Amino acid sequence: MKKSYKIEVDCANCANLMEDAAKKTEGVADAVVNFMALKMKVEFEEGADPKQVMENVRANCKKVEEDCEVFI
Amino acid sequence: MNAKQKKNLIRIAVSGAMMLALEFVPVEGLARFVLYMIPYLIIGYDILIKAFQGIKNRQAFDESLLMAIATIGAISLALYDNGDYTEAIAVMWFYQIGEWFQSYAVGKSRNDISALMDIVPDTANVEGEDGQLEEVDPDDVEVGSVIVVRPGERVPIDGVVIDGTSSLDTSALTGEAVPRTIKKGEDVASGCINLSGVLKIRTTKEFGESTASKIMELIEDAGSRKAKTEKFITRFARVYTPIVTGLAVLLAFVMPLYHIATGAPAEWSTWIYRALIFLIMSCPCALVVSVPLSFFAGIGTASREGVLVKGASYLEALASTKTVVFDKTGTLTKGVFDVTGIHADDIDKDMLLHMAAHVERHSSHPIAVSLRNAFAHEADSCSVEDVEEFAGQGVRAKVNGKVVYAGNEKMMATAGVETHGCENEPVGALIHVAIDGKYAGHIIISDVVKDHSVQALKELKKAGVRQNVMLTGDVKEVGERVAKDIGIDRVCTDLLPQDKVAKFEEILKERKDENEMTAFVGDGINDAPVLRRADIGIAMGAMGSDAAIEAADVVLMDDDPLKIPTAMRIARKCMAIVRENIWFAIGIKVVCLILGAVGMANMWFAIFADVGVTVLAVLNAFRCMFVKGIKPENV
Repeated sequence: MKKSYKIEVDCANCANLMEDAAKKTEGVADAVVNFMALKMKVEFEEGADPKQVMENVRANCKKVEEDCEVFI
Repeated sequence: MNAKQKKNLIRIAVSGAMMLALEFVPVEGLARFVLYMIPYLIIGYDILIKAFQGIKNRQAFDESLLMAIATIGAISLALYDNGDYTEAIAVMWFYQIGEWFQSYAVGKSRNDISALMDIVPDTANVEGEDGQLEEVDPDDVEVGSVIVVRPGERVPIDGVVIDGTSSLDTSALTGEAVPRTIKKGEDVASGCINLSGVLKIRTTKEFGESTASKIMELIEDAGSRKAKTEKFITRFARVYTPIVTGLAVLLAFVMPLYHIATGAPAEWSTWIYRALIFLIMSCPCALVVSVPLSFFAGIGTASREGVLVKGASYLEALASTKTVVFDKTGTLTKGVFDVTGIHADDIDKDMLLHMAAHVERHSSHPIAVSLRNAFAHEADSCSVEDVEEFAGQGVRAKVNGKVVYAGNEKMMATAGVETHGCENEPVGALIHVAIDGKYAGHIIISDVVKDHSVQALKELKKAGVRQNVMLTGDVKEVGERVAKDIGIDRVCTDLLPQDKVAKFEEILKERKDENEMTAFVGDGINDAPVLRRADIGIAMGAMGSDAAIEAADVVLMDDDPLKIPTAMRIARKCMAIVRENIWFAIGIKVVCLILGAVGMANMWFAIFADVGVTVLAVLNAFRCMFVKGIKPENV
């Protein structure tokens, strides 16, 4: 399953860090952050609960870049 | 400017003014330190907080952390040395200016480019039962509802006009500047602007499935398919910061120890100062931001010209395309048959066409249609009787009492009339006509070359394409003749639709270099397999054809072949800017790092290498937006 989320982040490198952080989150099969469109596309693993996973994605993103937001 | 940017601008202004004022305050010692800390904290408190959080989250190469270490280090050195805190504060100050500019520029370009592509209206006017208009969210409009689009408004949802005539500005979809006239019964695509009359439209699709929404989705997703260059930069950024930070540590500790070991003075403060310069330059931001920004601008510009590029990776591939393969019908030619010549033997040319058109009055064959179209007065009072169709040959009918046969050579043989070929080796099919048992002449019917095909092929060559190839189902003579007329380098004729993939693969194998891309241009009908097989599949005239939009990588909204060289021109410009930015940013950083290591650069240099380069790279990326489409030559 794929879903697209709006994000907020200021710098391009931070967007890349967020992408890495999201990819490493459990339940995420793949993630792509589009800095210019301020969007994060997440592909979930089979059986994962997107809501739960996204909470973790947001927490992990905040760890690498305090000043970011993922709108779930 | 958003609230955050305003706040930061005020911080920059206040701390800058304070720093300047402190230059004239003659205080020494601790008082001086405390006074100087005020502007430092005003400009840098958020960085210090983020740095602290970086430590807490074990982010060793966090940009804020590095910046905090660099400035605190510089302040400590100043405290120990001479009390010149200005440099440390200036580093933070310029860093914030750089961040501010970057945020402003990116935000602005995001808005500009989005506005360029913003073709989806936020509201739709639905007509209620009492005739009153109600403004609703277009998402809530059901298929089959009646919406009203007033002059000046954008059509929100695809549908059919049920009332009203108007002219439509389709430029957002097609890049075509000339308005299109629209009347009752015609299809209208969302995203067009209604220019003159009020239109009532019965919707045929949901909002999310409508053309405009689909296009927006495509463009927004385009950035998610990252180009090789972008991936390279991300990888580079990942190693760049740790390497530079590592070098900084080496400079700060190993060099003095080495000096001690060799008996020279350690010069701790000198080496630590140089290490701090390295830390300031360790941020890869200039590189990282400029690449996606350039691609975003390139994709936005292309869509302004009526070319949808479905990913940054395709823009990259388009720039290194060396071979373009065309499917002939519908791309280089119009795909409709036209009368292109009338060779009458003994009678008047018009009379010959007149007779032929009447014979074909009731036929639905494409050739019959084109004959009728060519003769404007087909529906006149002439009598047409005893029509008989001969399958695979032609038609016989009695026109005004005369027996007229029209068809191919076999038809003439059936009619017992002697024919002769055409002296001019025409491109196309011959329709022979016999009147009352006597050969009257022939009419040439052929697929017409599009107005801009010749120019488009020339422009492609200028844009670096080595070979233009044409695939066609036509017989050899016709195909080769068309190819010669329009300037195609190579033509493959007598191809059945299913042969096209095989032929295309043959052409693919001929390339000498993996990086030479081969594009395929089709009209989106029947050629989805080839579109998929190609490095870049370009679908033409795809407005409204979902299958073609799905299969292709680049979609031309109308069917003008000039859009292909236009797209290539944008792609090449965009790639050139991306490469410039990469070399420029890496180059400046490396030079400044070397100068910093040998002590020839101070912190001002370092701040230029960081902030200055970012600013220049972002400004350079904007140039992608100024590429103009190729104007048609007068033909």
